[in-house]
Amino acid sequence: MAKTSTSKYAYIECDPNLCVGCQLCEYMCSYTKTGEYNSYRSRIRTVRVDEVLITAIACRTCENAPCVIVCPRDALTQDPITGIIDINATKCDGCAWCIEACDFGAISINPATALAEICDLCKDEPDGPQCVKWCPKEALKLTTPDQSAQRTRKKLIAETLVIPIKATEPK
Amino acid sequence: MYGYSGKILHIDLKTKKSWVETKPEEWYKIYIGGVSMASRLLWENIVPGCDPLDDGNPICFANGIFTGTPVPVGGKFGMASKSPLTGVIGDSLSGSWFSIALKRAGWDGVVLHNSCDKWTQLFIDDDRVQFNDATYLLGKGTFETEEAIREKLGDDQIRSCTIGPCGENLVRYANVTNDGRQLGRTGHGMLWGHKKLKAVSVRGTKGVTVFDPATLNQLSFDISKSAQGKDTEKYRVYGTATGLLAQNKSGVLPTRNFQEGVYEDAEMVSGEYLDKHHKVKVIACAQCPIACEQMSIVKTGEFAGAMTGIEYESLFANSSNLGINDMRCAIKLITIADQDGMDTVSMGVTIGYAMECFEKGVLTEKDFVCASHPEGFTLNFGDGDSAVKLAEMIRDREGIGNLMAEGVRIASKKIDEERGTDSWKWALHIKGLEPAGYDARSTKTFAVGLATGTRGGCHNRSAAYDPDLKGEVDRLTVDPTRGHVAAESEEYAAVYDTLPLCKFIRRSFTGKADRAGAWPAIAKLINATTGWDFDYDDVDLIGIRATNIKKAFNIREGWTQEDDELPWRWKHEPMTKGPGAGVVTTDEELEYLKQLYYKAKNWTEEGLIPKEYLIKLGMADVAEEIGV
Repeated sequence: MAKTSTSKYAYIECDPNLCVGCQLCEYMCSYTKTGEYNSYRSRIRTVRVDEVLITAIACRTCENAPCVIVCPRDALTQDPITGIIDINATKCDGCAWCIEACDFGAISINPATALAEICDLCKDEPDGPQCVKWCPKEALKLTTPDQSAQRTRKKLIAETLVIPIKATEPK
Repeated sequence: MYGYSGKILHIDLKTKKSWVETKPEEWYKIYIGGVSMASRLLWENIVPGCDPLDDGNPICFANGIFTGTPVPVGGKFGMASKSPLTGVIGDSLSGSWFSIALKRAGWDGVVLHNSCDKWTQLFIDDDRVQFNDATYLLGKGTFETEEAIREKLGDDQIRSCTIGPCGENLVRYANVTNDGRQLGRTGHGMLWGHKKLKAVSVRGTKGVTVFDPATLNQLSFDISKSAQGKDTEKYRVYGTATGLLAQNKSGVLPTRNFQEGVYEDAEMVSGEYLDKHHKVKVIACAQCPIACEQMSIVKTGEFAGAMTGIEYESLFANSSNLGINDMRCAIKLITIADQDGMDTVSMGVTIGYAMECFEKGVLTEKDFVCASHPEGFTLNFGDGDSAVKLAEMIRDREGIGNLMAEGVRIASKKIDEERGTDSWKWALHIKGLEPAGYDARSTKTFAVGLATGTRGGCHNRSAAYDPDLKGEVDRLTVDPTRGHVAAESEEYAAVYDTLPLCKFIRRSFTGKADRAGAWPAIAKLINATTGWDFDYDDVDLIGIRATNIKKAFNIREGWTQEDDELPWRWKHEPMTKGPGAGVVTTDEELEYLKQLYYKAKNWTEEGLIPKEYLIKLGMADVAEEIGV
């Protein structure tokens, strides 16, 4: 089986140090997609373990996405440019193989239609992913892995080098 | 109807029957939600005059108008029963995902009648009601219970209100907990334990719709962004614990069982110290863009690993109030209370009472003998290890913990009867509820707010310490304006507690927290949610009605104005240090303030509510029963 990787495409990343678990992302995702506020219809899901371990998870736009490979009805396809997974509602029969194949738990079944649903990065919204727009703590970002690494490197330098330099300045 | 389903779910715990009651839109316009609607449901469903532990005392949940929508800090609900701790109304509030699940299940309110015959976990699964055996949950802490239920029922979106060991053991100030948040004060947990109700769980899978989502989204978005600014900074960065040093400076930080208002080691138990040495992460309640809960952990020593959210009220009660300057002990005490499900304030104040009893010789080492501590122990102020021992004995109702689990009013009465002592003089309570963390000798507007408080000594229902401490009035003296100041402060808070919205958002609407700043913004949110046509006056009426339905309930249960009383200490024993030194709130002053307050509330000199006033408020049926 092909190895999955997320080296190329953008996806929604959540910084667990910033996420406070308010779930506004879920309300706005479900509203954007259904016109109702309902966590069960959200394509991004917050997760909380042990009270303080909190983050949110949405589709990671894997290359060679296992959900696409595994679908017995070829209902799932991946856009080669954006990596966004499309689920064809007329082909999908809600068998949930894609859910089992996803390493991130990023696919869910719509309780009303019993069909699979997945984050599409709000490709039809002019101002981009609504969860990112709404996140009050800026914990959510639309990012590629490379951008994520760049931010980490910058943060590392800021914390380990720049601050000591400033601290040694004469008063 | 938008914002509401129009449906209240009734469940009889004894017969396991459930039924649906529909309410007209007009009823919702009067009682709205939260504490007001919960109190109204209690008014309608209790057997008047019953003992709090009788089957006639129901558990009433009331959802919020904004619950399940993106309105910031609107994910809250109210709960009301007649309090086993105070004998008057017990109305509590909690931010929670429980309320959102309840909304999505299609219920504006839930009323639980009677008692279970064996330990039960009640499951409201959209519109089905299930009675599950709760044996596997017994002895588990609150958070642990919630996780076990999610695991057992197989859905991590199931939300539960639970009691911990304290509720099971009938500690009189046990809490009901959900998602780490507490329905605190007034001993709901004892009532649940008495009813053998370990947990109420909800799964709601339906969507929430509102009248004008585009407008509501825009308003919510703007408030959410503005809530990241300066106006909420103190909550976001240090949480409410940052108040400790401020209260100390004002000389109102309860110290050694409210003997003084200045604590010499305040720096060591401050919010700033907590932030520097113990903070793990800040987390939010449901639907909250502020996030103020300072999750804090003990890293070293005997109590290493203890972790919970630290609030000012929990902190004062378990640090300065006990003369404890070791933050690790305070965190441990608060963790015991939070995880095992009891009220941090009542527990801390009760331990403070016991410490003073020990120092004054009313209790001795021998009194603390029990199976866990066969030698007994000493209990001086400042002794954190012994405080932890007593907290565990209270939780387990072991040894003298059994008495201290009754709260200071009952405990002091029993001790004084047995030993001929006067410990009631340092048993701090109002209507049986141990007070919050502001000394009221030198905050005289707050004093009348506390004395007249419908649920007892509560800072959440009367926030009149605010005008006192901000210097808007001279807190050390009384004057004719105080009745209005206290009444307006109470009604202001009641608007938030009824919608409910967390009060920490109050400055984020327009930058101004006063009525002129907040009410028009709140009216817009209400109208976009429901399609109603609320204005400033309608919002103002929400709080006025809420305070009146609660008061009406107390009147029907036998309240008289003698119940509007302050602890003896605050009337007779001045402090020796700080800006409040030498001051007390005398009996004469209290009487004067009470009259001013009743007048400001449009009540009679006896503190009763005139018939025509209740009719004017749209509460004609209440007027019929208790109006004068």
